[in-house]
Amino acid sequence: MRKILLPSLIIIAASLLLIRIFYLQVINDTFKLKSENNAIKIKYDYPERGYIFDRNGKLLVSNQASYDIMVIPRELKNIDTLEFCQLLKITKEDFIKNIKKAKVYSPRLPSVFLPQLNKSEFAAFQEKIRKFEGFYFQKRSLRDYEVDYGANVFGGITEVNESKIAKNPYYKSGDLIGVQGVEQSYEEILRGIKGVKYIQKDKYNREIGSYKEGKYDTIAVQGEDINLTIDAEIQKYGEQLMINKRGGIVAIEPQTGEILALITAPSYDPSILVGRQRSKNYTLLYYDSIAKPLYDRGLLAEYPPGSPFKILTGLVALQEGVIDEQTTFVCHHGFSYARGRFMACHGFGPHQLNNGIYNSCNTYFASAYMKTINKYAKPAYAVDVWSNHVKSFGLGDFMGYDLPTGRRGNIPDSKTYKKIYPNGGWRSTTIVSNSIGQGEVLMTPIQLANMIATVSNEGYYYTPHIIKKIKGGAIDKKFTTKHVTTIDKKYFKPVIQGLHDVYNFGTASSLRVEGIEICGKTGTAENFAKIGGKRVQLKDHSIFVAFAPKDNPKIAIAIMVENGGYGATIAGPIASLMIEKYLRKKITRVDLEKRVLGISLRDQYARLGGMAEANAIESTPKENFVKNMAAAVKVDSTKKIN
Amino acid sequence: MKNQSIKKNLDWSCVIIYSALVILGWLNIFSSSLSSPDNTYQKQLIFIVLTIPLIFIILAIDGKIYEKYASIIFVVSLISLAGLFVAGKTIAGQRCWYAIGSFTIQPSEFAKAATSLALAKYLSDSQINLKDVNRQIQALAIVFLPVFLILPQPDPGSALIYSIFFVVLYREGLPAWYVLTGAAAIVLFVLTLVIEPQYVILLALVALVLHYFKSRLGDRNIVLSSILFALMSGFVLSVSYVFENVFKQHHRDRFNILLGKTVDLKGIGYNTNQSEIAIGSGGWIGKGFLEGTQTKGGFVPEQHTDYIFTTVGEEWGFAGSLVVIGLFAALLLRIIYLAERQKTKFSRVYGYCVAGILFTHFFVNISMVVGIFPTIGVPLPFFSYGGSGLWGFTILLFIFLKMDANKVNEW
Repeated sequence: MRKILLPSLIIIAASLLLIRIFYLQVINDTFKLKSENNAIKIKYDYPERGYIFDRNGKLLVSNQASYDIMVIPRELKNIDTLEFCQLLKITKEDFIKNIKKAKVYSPRLPSVFLPQLNKSEFAAFQEKIRKFEGFYFQKRSLRDYEVDYGANVFGGITEVNESKIAKNPYYKSGDLIGVQGVEQSYEEILRGIKGVKYIQKDKYNREIGSYKEGKYDTIAVQGEDINLTIDAEIQKYGEQLMINKRGGIVAIEPQTGEILALITAPSYDPSILVGRQRSKNYTLLYYDSIAKPLYDRGLLAEYPPGSPFKILTGLVALQEGVIDEQTTFVCHHGFSYARGRFMACHGFGPHQLNNGIYNSCNTYFASAYMKTINKYAKPAYAVDVWSNHVKSFGLGDFMGYDLPTGRRGNIPDSKTYKKIYPNGGWRSTTIVSNSIGQGEVLMTPIQLANMIATVSNEGYYYTPHIIKKIKGGAIDKKFTTKHVTTIDKKYFKPVIQGLHDVYNFGTASSLRVEGIEICGKTGTAENFAKIGGKRVQLKDHSIFVAFAPKDNPKIAIAIMVENGGYGATIAGPIASLMIEKYLRKKITRVDLEKRVLGISLRDQYARLGGMAEANAIESTPKENFVKNMAAAVKVDSTKKIN
Repeated sequence: MKNQSIKKNLDWSCVIIYSALVILGWLNIFSSSLSSPDNTYQKQLIFIVLTIPLIFIILAIDGKIYEKYASIIFVVSLISLAGLFVAGKTIAGQRCWYAIGSFTIQPSEFAKAATSLALAKYLSDSQINLKDVNRQIQALAIVFLPVFLILPQPDPGSALIYSIFFVVLYREGLPAWYVLTGAAAIVLFVLTLVIEPQYVILLALVALVLHYFKSRLGDRNIVLSSILFALMSGFVLSVSYVFENVFKQHHRDRFNILLGKTVDLKGIGYNTNQSEIAIGSGGWIGKGFLEGTQTKGGFVPEQHTDYIFTTVGEEWGFAGSLVVIGLFAALLLRIIYLAERQKTKFSRVYGYCVAGILFTHFFVNISMVVGIFPTIGVPLPFFSYGGSGLWGFTILLFIFLKMDANKVNEW
């Protein structure tokens, strides 16, 4: 018994220790993570973001260096504070405050003393930096905008937010990420892949070398340059024409689906959202709930399209065989389509397809629509047939283009009416407003543009897209896949002729461009607003769709100007100017251009909100708008160095 | 002739395990001190190389010399401990070292061997019966003399080691109640800290009542049971009092960490927390030699000395820990086996002392490192950095191996 005590103790003790060690090493796995937090620091090597060019290779967005001044408080020695402050243009109080902040964070570790200086701010300091022990700089790459337009197309880059970090393990706190526009759509291509370096730290959090001789380190992959389908010239021109107006313009190359211009107004100079000023300016833009400069009207503004929709009403009626080119409806400044119901029209007399289109006769298209719906015994079936024809133009749903925002629009079908009239009892007369692009029909400018592009192609379209070329990569196949409508090609010819005659005899006869065969259609969308608690009808939105040249379309365009009035007054002229600019590269009708540039709708908009800020922004041309909204925004004189 | 018989009779398995532990120890010291500017691992290599002549000298000396001069060695050792109060060098608040130039030596590391020799000598001297209270007092005096000199240095870790002598004495006939009392005291002590004292007393009462009624009628002794209960209650209350009122906060904290009561990981809990992180991050097979991130970062304090086992845990994982603990257990059991087959009482007792001392160091050190024992400065034999420790343990072990090799010549 006495002999066994010590050996037993030894065996028990050894087992106890092994159990404890087993628990620590194998069962409880929290220590591994703690160990990594303790001792391994991950350093990222951020590749330069890819450049953005327009369709002709014009550089639009590049990168600029920005410099963070860093400080390690413990290493500070005999600083000439006065000289230091003068070089960086800061006050002594700032200096003391920032040093104190850095010390609180850590005396041993580097902190950012002054973030994001641009090249000129940094240049003077750089020469003298050796004199200031304890300070050094860290280079970052920010976006540099070569142009002052296209903000909605480009989007921007900003620090990634927490929810994105949680969703995508690639991003770490402090990383930059593309938001909105192509920066968001083509984030992964533009961004490249950051390199990772694992660094061994010691107990003071100092770096003491690379972890495992860099076995796990990776090299950064450069971001790829991309070419957009945007034509810089008409993008810029369109934005100029839209000064002092609100609205959206979308221009598409019909035969490819390439987006030539994507304009929203009001807009802003993209460079105000770079660097130190970003958050301040972004807040200003974000909270402008009246003019909504961040709201991309070309993609998001859903309105009843009005008269341009008559094109589809006509095409469907032709396809369904309920009318032909000679079918005549007589207009009496409108017509009674049901007992006690009268649809007004500005036209008078007999209308066929051709003059129905160029006179934009409500009676003609309402009648054609009712014939289409009445062709089938059940209105539910008929409206679905009609709806499918219309949807084959890419309407009523997200289109699948490569920009991050959009709206479905709305093309009603039997389900829509089942919801509105749960007890049934609706028929062609109930829904006749659809025929003239009102009722339940909603479209965004890009959908309008795609519709008119499809018409110009006589029945096919490619999904609109903004990417033309990715350096070292192909663009998505869906952008080279042809979509064919349910309307036979032969029915487009007379409709296109009608659209051409809009310029010859119709609503746009004053907007002809010598030598260019344009086809187009005016439109107006009624709209209402609540002002002082009352529903008030505002001035109509001015809408215009067009394409040219008639036989070999190179550009299809949709224009929507909020509260612009009749389609031919503002939207029409803008369309014809842009078409001329794109096809001819110059403007012959200087007077028209001057008139459009001079139109200001700010009085109209002032009615909407009466907000002082909104007025301030609207009342100045775009160039001034930038300066007004943020007086502190400095114009960076070295911006164009890269 | 004589050398040949040493070669033949030496217990080579002990020598091989010893060498393995020393080499593994050095590799871990190398890893843990690689990034520090001091040339720790080079110094330890010199210490290791110097153990070779030391071993040769020990093996060359006639085995009987140790028995003959045990008392003198013990007295010299006591003087060297007492001399610390006069000429000792204070490092980190502990006056445990003599400084000779830049070289320091820690006499308490050698005192363990000396005490073992003295105790072995005393017990072998005559037909001593440890049932005799006088003999008990004399034997315990030998053990406690050095403890009284070591405690005030202060070096509670080294003093703690001497408690294992109770187990040795028990082997040689000390009444069981000494050990039982010791064990009971430890259990009551821990329980008092974990739960409230009044519940511990209640628990003791229940245990004693149960014991009383389970005993045969003739063995029932109400007086003895009452006395036992009074003693236990008194002990519990005094532990509670001492812990709350006599202990300093940092002593209390060391216990509280183990009991999970204090979680100040940046202050008092730092050592244990970092040590557990280092070991815990090792996993099954560890991060590999020289790949321990905690080791490289120097997160574990005193890693090359008292916390050397964290390097084993981090870089060699559970597999490495198993090997090291296995080697220690094998060595200890082998020494006990050898001790039991000794022909003289002197060498048997001495062998037991060697096993007991090595065992206490091994257990206290590793259990502290893995967080089941309070933080206390006790080195891991053959592993931890330090010349005094390495030589002290080497002398301790090889004197016994020499005795063991000599046993054929005992006649």
